Amino acid sequence: MSQSQWKNPWTWWIGIGCLILAMPTGLVFASFIYPQFDVWQHLFNTVLSDYVFNSLCLAFGVGALVILIGTPLAWCISRYDFVGRKYLQWLVLLPMSMPAYIVAYTYTGILDFAGPLQTWLRSQFDWKYGDYYFPEIRSLGGATLMLALVLYPYVYLLARTAFIDQPRNLEETAKSLGISSLRYWFKVVFPLARPAILMGMALAMMEAFADYGTVQYFGISTFTTGIFRTWFGLNNGMAAAQLAAVLTGFVILLLFVEHFSRRKTSYYFQGQVTKTNQRKRLNKGANILVFILCFTPVLLGFLLPFMQLMSWAVDTFQEQFTQGFLVLVWNSFYLASIASISAVSIALLFAYGKRLNHSKLIQVLVGMVSLGYAVPGTVIAIGALISLSWLDLRLNEVTEGLYNTSVGLVLSGSLFSLILVYSSRFLAVALHNVETGLARIKPSMDDAARSLGYKPIHILKAVHIPLLKTSVLSALLLVFVDVLKELPATLILRPFNFNTLSIKTFELASDERLSDAALPALSIVLVGILPVVLLTKIMDRAVHE
Amino acid sequence: MNSCSELKRYPLKKIIASFFVISSVLSPLVWAKQVNLYSARKEALIKPLLDKFTEETGISVNLVTGKADNLITRLAKEGKYSPADLLLTTDVGRLYRAKQQGLTQMVSLTDAVASVPSNFRDSQGHWIGLSMRARPIMVSSEKFDTSAIKNIEDLIKPEWKGRICIRSSNNIYNQSMIASLISQLGVEQTEIWVNNLVRNFARPPQGGDRDQIKAVASGQCDVAIANTYYLAGMLTSDDETTRAQAQKIKVVWPNQSDRGAHINISGVALAKHAPNAKAASKLIDFLLKAQSQQWYAMTNHEYPILPNIAWSDVLENFGDFKMEQVPLVQLGELNAEAVKVMDRAGWK
Repeated sequence: MSQSQWKNPWTWWIGIGCLILAMPTGLVFASFIYPQFDVWQHLFNTVLSDYVFNSLCLAFGVGALVILIGTPLAWCISRYDFVGRKYLQWLVLLPMSMPAYIVAYTYTGILDFAGPLQTWLRSQFDWKYGDYYFPEIRSLGGATLMLALVLYPYVYLLARTAFIDQPRNLEETAKSLGISSLRYWFKVVFPLARPAILMGMALAMMEAFADYGTVQYFGISTFTTGIFRTWFGLNNGMAAAQLAAVLTGFVILLLFVEHFSRRKTSYYFQGQVTKTNQRKRLNKGANILVFILCFTPVLLGFLLPFMQLMSWAVDTFQEQFTQGFLVLVWNSFYLASIASISAVSIALLFAYGKRLNHSKLIQVLVGMVSLGYAVPGTVIAIGALISLSWLDLRLNEVTEGLYNTSVGLVLSGSLFSLILVYSSRFLAVALHNVETGLARIKPSMDDAARSLGYKPIHILKAVHIPLLKTSVLSALLLVFVDVLKELPATLILRPFNFNTLSIKTFELASDERLSDAALPALSIVLVGILPVVLLTKIMDRAVHE
Repeated sequence: MNSCSELKRYPLKKIIASFFVISSVLSPLVWAKQVNLYSARKEALIKPLLDKFTEETGISVNLVTGKADNLITRLAKEGKYSPADLLLTTDVGRLYRAKQQGLTQMVSLTDAVASVPSNFRDSQGHWIGLSMRARPIMVSSEKFDTSAIKNIEDLIKPEWKGRICIRSSNNIYNQSMIASLISQLGVEQTEIWVNNLVRNFARPPQGGDRDQIKAVASGQCDVAIANTYYLAGMLTSDDETTRAQAQKIKVVWPNQSDRGAHINISGVALAKHAPNAKAASKLIDFLLKAQSQQWYAMTNHEYPILPNIAWSDVLENFGDFKMEQVPLVQLGELNAEAVKVMDRAGWK
């Protein structure tokens, strides 16, 4: 690194920020200082192959499914006019507000052997157990489907922006050269949108790697369930941290592949001017077909589970809807708001710094922080607990020395620790969105502005923020919804007498009181819908301008 | 003190330190008479009792709920500045673990504490049992004569192949059950039993205890192993279908002529650095009062830890039973061994 980079304040700010945020994740890797041969031997002989196989199948299955669902969806909605498009464009985002494990609970309630559907089938045809085939929902395939149903909006959101931005004159040129539309799609449209689609896929896969609730409920052994089993069952925290590090290793690999595939197509969109947004009208048959295509994910990922939750919630409403309940709603809402603003601000800082400053160190540091997304929430939370309580201890030594009084656990025992963990865990989401947005701004714009003597901060204000608005908003939304749903870290780090909707849902659901859990679960969804609607409105306006 | 004199030269540090001191002094947590509770028992299953305690004594209770292991980790990492006074868990293995890590201290031996049978409290008084849970066999009463099963050893006979439902071995209740078997039969015998049991599973383990009960009720399997309060909760549910499913189930108490049925306890430990140890001790006494014990029994259908407390009607209907006499700390000590046995047997 050259001398000048050390003097650049960006390097320092970003470096320090990254180190703080990467602290919890970094501690996971530090565990290799204490090798645990016995436990690894046992794991290798018994369950490790299951962990690896199931985790990889789950992640890649989810990755493939979200592309298959999200890409055509984004294409249809950005390019065609059809019945219900106006509503579907935001309806398709709703599954995002559903925690995956809640969707898993509701589908199990409906499709399980003891559930209403199979019971009805048995009574109708006088079948018994073993007389008929019915797909088992609590299986690897089932878990893949559940996760894909709530994660496809990542691909949809990113791909949609990419499709909207594709200049139309390309299509006209292709047509005039006699290239069929299918060929055009695979030769031009898809490759141009590929970075965005792959990014969405990577995010979904990271979340699949880190999922605990769904696989735990379905009884599938993956790395995440293995981490807890090793930690608490075998009572070996070090080996558990090492498992977590291996899991993170998978993700590093994944990100590397994604990064590599993007590097080959390093380009910036050229035309803001030629962008017109005439959507193609469809004839009757195609109209219905496209409608069905776009409605199915909404139906399966949102409406069905939503209706099941509703029917449960109606039964338990009076019991569950108390004054305390409104406090839960408020807690969830403001926690998610603070966290999303904080994560997106940091993401902006990092992404911008990375763009201005091509130093390898910064690229690596920022990359490291994004890894937090794939580490199970519990692991990051414990990492934060270790590092913050250490800081607290030092702080108390100082205050005892100065004032002869101890202040207690001001960092690790307060909401501060939660905000830190949320920022660390969800920074990847914010960063990916902001970076996709930044990629649409030609570096020549920066160069032009800088040559005119503008300072970087002014360029940010005058050029980038207006152009970045959509990406920043979608980053805000995604983090908001993620925090709203987040459970493990909240459970471990929250202060006394502080509960959120997701905690309430979890407590009731893990007590196997699904119908009581329905009201808080529904509320997570409803609070999450608010920003979804808002975002779509703004995105739409941005397009029309 | 070198570092401190150095500190005085840096006003910024002093300002930051003062800020934290002032804000911590102003915080309401410092002033009121209170107890801080880390609870693995869900809010709904403890808060009403705590409210009653506050009403009677004027001592407020601050509550954080969570999974036992996470709460123990939090307690350990917070060290001497931890605000926690009490740790409440729903199985004895975790109480043992907390004590093992040096996170607990002796609870003062009040009359209430002394009234708890000695098997249900720590020999050094670090933790006290609050309620008891039993994990018997459950069968479908419609399908066959329940006298076919007398002992859990019967479940590994070939005739039960493909007929048994039980949840994942990730679950602490199963881990404790196997640990208890290891304590009584030794690793070798237990391993044989576990291997054969896994061979008789009707399906890969999935779902919770209620799911196993439902699977029996709907005919997917014939036998389940589950905790009694899940069945009791289903029997008293507002949902008609759930009630109907539960009514098909009969509880079979295994090993009544030898070891007895498997039990576990929920309990409370006093944190080593408890800032409000006196108030905490009052809360423990309160939780052992007859009316509190009754509340557990009636609300969550757990067995009271004290003798002479009435059970709920549902529990009465399950019948009286002989319980295992394993020293409860063994469930904690042998937990890792139990997990390894289940890993080797392929119990998911």
